[in-house]
Amino acid sequence: MGKWTTFLIIGLTLTFLIGPFFIIIAAGLSAGENLAFPPEGLSLKWYWAVFEVESFRESFALSMFLAVFGTLSALVLGVPAAYALSRYRLPFAETVKTIVAAPIIVPGIIVGLGLLRYLVIPLNFTVSMALFMAHTALVIPYAVRVVTASLENLRSDMEEAAILLGCTRFGAFVKVVLPNIRGGVLAAFILGFVTSFNQVPVSLFLSGPGVRTLPIDMLAYMEITYDPSVAALSALLAIMSVGIIFLAEKFLGFSRYV
Amino acid sequence: MSESFVSLKNLTLAYGDTVAVSQLSLNIRKGELITLLGPSGCGKTTTMRAIAGLLSPRSGSIEIDGTDVTKVPANKRGVGLVFQSYALFPHLSTFENVAFGLRLRKVSNGEIKKRVEQSLDTVELGELANRKPSELSGGQQQRLSLARSLVLEPKVMLLDEPLSNLDARLRLDMRSELQRLQRNSGITMVFVTHDQGEALALADRVVLMKDGLIEQMGTPTELYNHPSTVFAADFMGFENIFEVREGALIGRDGSKISGYNAPSGSLAWRPGVVSLGSGPFHGTVAGVSFAGEMWEYVITSPLGRITASTPAGNPPYPIGATLAFDLPEQFGHQIKGAG
Ligand SMILES: Nc1ncnc2c1ncn2[C@@H]1O[C@H](COP(=O)(O)OP(=O)(O)OP(=O)(O)O)[C@@H](O)[C@H]1O
Ligand SMILES: [Mg+2]
Repeated sequence: MGKWTTFLIIGLTLTFLIGPFFIIIAAGLSAGENLAFPPEGLSLKWYWAVFEVESFRESFALSMFLAVFGTLSALVLGVPAAYALSRYRLPFAETVKTIVAAPIIVPGIIVGLGLLRYLVIPLNFTVSMALFMAHTALVIPYAVRVVTASLENLRSDMEEAAILLGCTRFGAFVKVVLPNIRGGVLAAFILGFVTSFNQVPVSLFLSGPGVRTLPIDMLAYMEITYDPSVAALSALLAIMSVGIIFLAEKFLGFSRYV
Repeated sequence: MSESFVSLKNLTLAYGDTVAVSQLSLNIRKGELITLLGPSGCGKTTTMRAIAGLLSPRSGSIEIDGTDVTKVPANKRGVGLVFQSYALFPHLSTFENVAFGLRLRKVSNGEIKKRVEQSLDTVELGELANRKPSELSGGQQQRLSLARSLVLEPKVMLLDEPLSNLDARLRLDMRSELQRLQRNSGITMVFVTHDQGEALALADRVVLMKDGLIEQMGTPTELYNHPSTVFAADFMGFENIFEVREGALIGRDGSKISGYNAPSGSLAWRPGVVSLGSGPFHGTVAGVSFAGEMWEYVITSPLGRITASTPAGNPPYPIGATLAFDLPEQFGHQIKGAG
């Protein structure tokens, strides 16, 4: 392949991946009343306007809650699972791995519809509860994978040494394993947080009166009001994600874990 | 043996369907230093893991200090183990690595400080108390690993090839260091190695293992001078071993050389007692190497491969030279069985 072809392909890839990001930022900077590109004049007013919208504030809080606590509970379930899968020869280990990975393999729409049809409607689960479960389940695969990767690098004789010094198995896990995989756990948390926060298809089915995650709320907002505030909000969220990943890379070497 | 401190009775150890050690019995006296010697895969590590409680035996029992500990979990057994990889805790300082076991025992802080410092001094790591294990050399890591177990004053200390990662020089230093520590503390020690020299140099008693069984045990001199099987003789440096039947030596090619009066079994010669230059056999020098005080030869002959040595003062026979040699019966070590 010629040098110019290579440049062309890389250029196109970057344009399609990152281009929309700049368009969104620019569209949010519009001084006009309609969502449009190129923007009609320049101003920061829509970036301020975002914070004035009541429903954005509520849905942001919900998304934040789901991202933080959904990910935490995914870690509470996923870390021991990863530990068990990498340290013990379990019967059905392969089956367990497949089940754990299912939420990323099965399309989100199906997961969302399934939860709605079989949990919310017949069992009277509240939408918030279903959302929490869905977000936890969606993050578990990432938690298991990232933590497994850092466990592979940790020799198991360290735990045996701790046990011979008097620890219980659980004690050895807490005192020796956890401190040595904390980088991986933190990486899993960040990955889970971002995944959960940006999640659309599942949450689409699981929204009710006053209960909407931020991305869904933005969709709903756009159906009624076609102003640049949605672009501004998207830009802010994208910047937040980039910022988190940037810090994680800088302080944790995030890319080692994913 | 009534005075035995650790006793293994008919231990059978297995991983799933693979039996690694079968029907092993061994009595260790208090304060004794035993070395477990044997080729790779013979079950040394497996035996240690069973004594430590990391592996439950399929059958048989383990007694320590008069108590049956077969069912006692590893964290309550009071057995220290130094892993071949040291298994230090990378997130803790040298000091905290040693303090780990004491903290679990709810020892007071003042007492911890005193005991940790004392044991770090014993292994000459006092200066490095604040370093992380990754900032220590191999030898220092090994001593730290030792201090971490010793500070708890275990009843039995197990060491699994602790010296194998060290260079030759440090290995000798650490060997005598260990011996000194053991003599001073009077602790009962089991030391695993596949290095014959190390086993003989350290031990009160050597246990030679093969395929999960004890091949022979005894003091270093007993083992070195009187190996009772072909395998043991081979391990102890009798490199020329031939079968003897009906008054004749049997060559590898099946030839029978008469004139040997030993009872049926085998005769074994160390390289140093093979006499070169004259004798009834002929061979060709296939290799010669300088080993400080002597020349070491590999000779191919119709009998089979022979290893021999001559004092370094003499000029060596060149490679390819044909020479006569003898395997004098009076220097041959007699072994029952043909191996
Ligand atoms: N975790 C395991 N699963 C299955 N088989 C094992 C396991 N560990 C060891 N074995 C087998 O048990 C036998 C004894 O192994 P062991 O580790 O005790 O040998 P060793 O004498 O310590 O050897 P080395 O000198 O190489 O360390 C070997 O045949 C080995 O293949
Ligand atoms: Mg071993």
